[in-house]
Amino acid sequence: MAKSGGERVEIRSASKIYGSVRALDDVSLDIAPQEFVSLLGPSGSGKTTLLGILGGFIQPSAGTILFGGRDVTFTPPHKRDIGIVFQNYALFPHMSVGENVAFPLRARRLPKSTYAERVKAALAMVDLAGYEERGIGQLSGGQRQRVALARAMIFEPRLILMDEPLSALDKQLRETMQIELRQLHKRLGATIIYVTHDQREALTMSDRVAILKDGKLVQIDKPERLHDHPANAFVASFIGEATLLPVERLGGDSVSLGGAILRTSRPLPPQGDLVLAIQTEKLLIEDGTHSPERNRFSARVTDIVFQGESLRVFLALEDGTPLSLRQPSHYEAARRIPPIGETVQISLHPQDTIIVPKADG
Amino acid sequence: MSVIDPSLRYRRREQGLMLLLASPAVIVIVALVVIPVGWLMTQSVYDNGFTLEHYRRIFSEDIYWRSFTLTFRIALMVTVLTLILGYPVAYAAAHVKRPWDVLILSFVILPFWTSVLVRAYAWLVLLQRTGVTNQMLERFGLISEPLALVHNELGTVIATVHILLPFMVLPLYSTMQKIPRELMLAGASLGGGPLHTFLRVFLPLSLPGVVAGLTLVFVLTLGFYITPELLGGGRTIMISMVVSRNVELYNQWGAASAVGVVLLVAVIAVFALVGRIIPLDKMLGQK
Repeated sequence: MAKSGGERVEIRSASKIYGSVRALDDVSLDIAPQEFVSLLGPSGSGKTTLLGILGGFIQPSAGTILFGGRDVTFTPPHKRDIGIVFQNYALFPHMSVGENVAFPLRARRLPKSTYAERVKAALAMVDLAGYEERGIGQLSGGQRQRVALARAMIFEPRLILMDEPLSALDKQLRETMQIELRQLHKRLGATIIYVTHDQREALTMSDRVAILKDGKLVQIDKPERLHDHPANAFVASFIGEATLLPVERLGGDSVSLGGAILRTSRPLPPQGDLVLAIQTEKLLIEDGTHSPERNRFSARVTDIVFQGESLRVFLALEDGTPLSLRQPSHYEAARRIPPIGETVQISLHPQDTIIVPKADG
Repeated sequence: MSVIDPSLRYRRREQGLMLLLASPAVIVIVALVVIPVGWLMTQSVYDNGFTLEHYRRIFSEDIYWRSFTLTFRIALMVTVLTLILGYPVAYAAAHVKRPWDVLILSFVILPFWTSVLVRAYAWLVLLQRTGVTNQMLERFGLISEPLALVHNELGTVIATVHILLPFMVLPLYSTMQKIPRELMLAGASLGGGPLHTFLRVFLPLSLPGVVAGLTLVFVLTLGFYITPELLGGGRTIMISMVVSRNVELYNQWGAASAVGVVLLVAVIAVFALVGRIIPLDKMLGQK
């Protein structure tokens, strides 16, 4: 299959209002050709509404959608030339695998003689060569997913939308498919917009992740930036495994956490209440070998949970504030965890001391 | 020595229980269907000894043949018309939002609560020579002579279509409602225009409902009695009327039974034939 080349997608001040509910509130996004962008947010955040607007199933109350510079805001879905992979695959149950995959060709009235070859190529692309005659009912969840992908790709769309396409698969298969989708994206060269509520999935696959909340775009950034430079407390709590603790501003680069003074190497937000976002993996148990500039404080171990490759250690600060850290489960690291009830010295590097504004925006 | 697997014993007991649960229905069917049909068949060949005289008359006398062809023709017309009228109604009911679907279905079901007799007379009032329809058409100058809308085959078909429409709409609606909306969105997103997606996706998936509706309406029309009696004007003699005349006018139970048996066999033959062409069981069992 030839590289189709990606489509530039521009969303300008898109809004959707249902009665008194703003499902989507003035969202603007610029997506570069061949980019893989995830729309991430809890349910009701507006991500599915935005996908519906891009697909043409939902008319925005305001705003403009451009594909490759063309205004498609009021173009019906069947004239948009975008491949969509639905959450429940939406395969046609009365058609065979081959007929499902050939649907876009038939709909475009392409010469029938080309069907067999293109269907074969599309199925080979998703590792289902030779499945043409199978019925949909005979396929496993993962195979259905692949058929849906082949069907969305066969007409070489320049833009592919995916609505939580992996959510019905079990964990192991989901992780395999995430890697496969990434590779497929590179081979196809299409722009992909991917809706998910699974932050790990979004971070794994995307070039950039757009975080939505209550119909508003909160932050769009590269996965590493989202993780290390969250725009506010919501993003910090949504990405990774963070504990959010209210802190007091001490001026300069310091804040106070229940008496302990923490320094940060990042600029503090100019005003308002502050929150410290500690990712579990950034908090270390002190054994005297770490660099001296780290912020050090002590806490009491309240529980230890074994989770396979790592242990999660639940702690309480002197004033009772709970937080937790993650320790690899290999011998040397696990040995440093004191028994439950004991006090432990922990530390956080100023680079990892992430202070965000408490309020949104 | 064989040891009985306890799970097998458990399964047998469960099967026994299931049979017990089904037994009231089985008893009713045996009492009200199997026995009467058996009695009917006996009657049709027994008249002071075994005879095929009734069947000989059915196949040699013109009036019977005419009645059978008329009955099947009317059944076919009614079935096709209810499908044409019912499909869009069911489609609308399956696609509109909450209060409206209930409203549409209420209008479909409402006539159920009125007796067939009342509805037949209502149609008489509407369609007769000096009826509402003819008066309206005359007043607007569309016709100069009243149309013969009733006391003929047309009147029978109009009223029967009205009475049997719910039997078409309801199975269609229940099938259409189960077709995931996402499939239509998928069809559109893959480049299928509204008509293409309807013909390739929605229509094939609604076929089980179509087959169920066609079957119900066709079979019910074959046995219709009151409506053709009242609106057929004595010239539209459907098979049920032949049966009733044999009993009421001539006290010919044997002849009436034979007609009933022939109708039953004909219906079974029709469905066997249709089943050969369209795999009915597969369509009805489709998930």
